[in-house]
Amino acid sequence: MVPLQWYLWLSIAVFSIGVLGFLSRRNIIIMLMSIELMLNAVNISLISFSHYIQDLRGQILAFFVIAVAAAEAAIGLAIIIALFRNKATANVDEIREMRG
Amino acid sequence: MIPELFFAYFAFMIVGLSLLVVTRRNPVHSVLWMLLLFFHIAGMYLFLNAEFMAAIQVIVYAGGILVLFLFVVLLMNLKDVAQMKKGITAWPTGVTFTIGIFIAMIYSVRSFIAAPPGRYSIEMIQQETHVKALGKLLYTDFLFQFEVVSLILLIAIVGAIVLAKRKFKG
Repeated sequence: MVPLQWYLWLSIAVFSIGVLGFLSRRNIIIMLMSIELMLNAVNISLISFSHYIQDLRGQILAFFVIAVAAAEAAIGLAIIIALFRNKATANVDEIREMRG
Repeated sequence: MIPELFFAYFAFMIVGLSLLVVTRRNPVHSVLWMLLLFFHIAGMYLFLNAEFMAAIQVIVYAGGILVLFLFVVLLMNLKDVAQMKKGITAWPTGVTFTIGIFIAMIYSVRSFIAAPPGRYSIEMIQQETHVKALGKLLYTDFLFQFEVVSLILLIAIVGAIVLAKRKFKG
């Protein structure tokens, strides 16, 4: 039997990689993909908790997380398209009209 | 022995693939690595006796969200990305924050105490199939939250159309 701690470590590793991608990349699409990566890391930990504590509610929470992630991806990509129409770049450093 | 080996394969693949996702310079490559990553995460869900979640992972993430990402990447047709010298620019900040968060979370996991086991044991789920057990819980105890999620999805549909619509002049 694989201990629960291993799953949590895996989840922490994936979440940290998502944070790394979000903070160090400047491409807006890859930043959005890093957010998806973090949500997936949370899902891994929720489902492993649900398996080890023998309660299905963790999986229901993961189900809601997946639904919200789908909504977030749709809205985020729509914002990216609207942004790209105004300024033909994917680099967030070049989108600085509001910096003053 | 075999479960540990199985877990080790999936864990190494998931960590390696997520590193590939965040480090590739070309977004198309990132999206394709992410497809493989999602299939491995679905395999890990199967390993945790959550077959419905594995199916949802493949259908929603690999089938829906990633196709949307690929669509947008190909629609933007970024030629300047290939000429960009450095894909990763702000790495000192990223690495510092990442190491801090990693250490904090590892320490918090060490003080974890498991709750007493609930009533959904593996035998009980096996007797009453996983989807049925999950559906019963979802449509009784979590009905209100389920409706709220449907509202969120409706807002996402409307919002995506409103945001991405081309505005006509006059």
